[in-house]
Amino acid sequence: MLDKRMTPSEIVSRLHDGMTIGIGGWGARRKPMALVREIVRSALRDLTVVAYGGPDVGMLCAAGKVRKLVFGFVSLDLIALDPHFRVARQAGAFETWEIDEGMLHWGLRAAAMRLPFLPTRAGLASDVVRFASGLRTVCSPYDDGEELLAMPAIKLDAALLHVTEADPRGNTVILSPDPFFDELFARAADATYITCDTLVENLCSTERVRYSPFERSLVTGVAEVLCGAHPTASVPGYGIDVDHLNAYSAAATPTGWREYRERYVDLPDHASYLDAVGGVGRIRTISAPVF
Amino acid sequence: MTAIAYSLAELCICAAAEAWHTDGEVLATGITLIPRLAAGLARLTINSSLMMTDGECYLVREPVPVGPRGSFVPVIEGWMPYSRTFDLLWGGRRHAMVLPTQLDRFGQSNLSTIGDYAKPQVALLGVRGLPGNSIHHANSFFIPNHSPRTLVAREVDMVSGIGYNPARWPGGSQPPWLDLRLVVTNLAVLDFAGPKNQIRVRSVHPGVSFENVQDNTGFPLFRPRHIDTTVAPSAEQLRIIRDVLDPQGQRETVFKGNPPGDRRA
Repeated sequence: MLDKRMTPSEIVSRLHDGMTIGIGGWGARRKPMALVREIVRSALRDLTVVAYGGPDVGMLCAAGKVRKLVFGFVSLDLIALDPHFRVARQAGAFETWEIDEGMLHWGLRAAAMRLPFLPTRAGLASDVVRFASGLRTVCSPYDDGEELLAMPAIKLDAALLHVTEADPRGNTVILSPDPFFDELFARAADATYITCDTLVENLCSTERVRYSPFERSLVTGVAEVLCGAHPTASVPGYGIDVDHLNAYSAAATPTGWREYRERYVDLPDHASYLDAVGGVGRIRTISAPVF
Repeated sequence: MTAIAYSLAELCICAAAEAWHTDGEVLATGITLIPRLAAGLARLTINSSLMMTDGECYLVREPVPVGPRGSFVPVIEGWMPYSRTFDLLWGGRRHAMVLPTQLDRFGQSNLSTIGDYAKPQVALLGVRGLPGNSIHHANSFFIPNHSPRTLVAREVDMVSGIGYNPARWPGGSQPPWLDLRLVVTNLAVLDFAGPKNQIRVRSVHPGVSFENVQDNTGFPLFRPRHIDTTVAPSAEQLRIIRDVLDPQGQRETVFKGNPPGDRRA
């Protein structure tokens, strides 16, 4: 019987120094934060992180895990900027590969299709082509002869995603309003690891299969982590914990981060984390964000 | 007839709504408060075919009021997750208005970094979708603090959104769908209708002179022979802004002290 269940620490033990890790979700929505905290606690280093960035990126920056960041933005959604990212970025603490958010999905798609690149206009004539090293253009071989950006494939060693529900075989369902680009992260990766709010035996019905973002063969490991996206949203279960993100934002100093880590990251288990942030009952009362 | 008092924020919302007047059936995206209210106003007054979202991923039939929604339930008419947003915008049927940190004489905009790129003085959001938006569909801008620090003398520190700068165009030819429209500021309405797309003063807000605008701009503006005064909001526009789109008055926080729109003392 196919069984891909793992614990978050088993998942993170499969990652290695220097890997390129894609993180699903968007901003402060549906980020696999339990895995991110697990990485913060681990000895992993020199990661290349690819993300539509939120507190996942901020925390990994604060913890000094990021050697290179591939991104279009880092934002906490309802709070515009992530101060941990800003502090590290302003210190030049990591290499950046800053690209248009459409280019990011295009690069993942190229990797998913096992193509070397996909053409696009996005990025041309901007400083993206000046600062994101290695980008090249290609000329249309047809009569128009247009010069286009050849967006290279963004190949991932691993993708980390948080979904609403999964089964032990690796089937997944995302019930929140926007599935973002989780599918492409999974297809671009050699291995995809999932956390889910609820692990169930039988996931899909004919009504629900349309909420299943991709097939189970892409999935290597599945961990049930109740409220595993907290402090980001996993609607319909819970919204963005703005109070927590305010506390997190206020901790963007060396002392602040040390205290934040002690209080919310360096804990013996996930149950302790849930207690520290006010309990599952409290998280479940956080309503879906209104933009 | 007694003139109706209106705030600078309300004047900017009405001036910015004009951006979408002749667009037809496109997705109107207004990012940050004033552009969003302006898109809603345009939809309810001058272009009823505009599409817009709830700010997340649903297309809504009527603009969604800003702030806590109370009993308001949006009528959903479609789904617009980010993946579909890219599909749509690469096809060009969109006009966005954003609030860049810097804008230069070419209309190039910056949302990324201030200062040296490797070790910036200020790290902002990141380029977001500006490179792709600016090369695929119409774009306008809102600048709440018109000054040489926002409308800068040199090129912006990090060109996130592209503009009318031939030196940067691939092969030197203008990208086919580059289309910059309006720049609405706290002082004036600008467009790109000067010679070779030079930024032109289209109208000055009541009580503001061309010289005021030029003195607060880092680059030379095109001065047409005649400059209109920005049209004051109508009673109907004010009713829609105040009662429908922003009933809680969030617009009052955009400019310090919520100043009047007519500065002729």
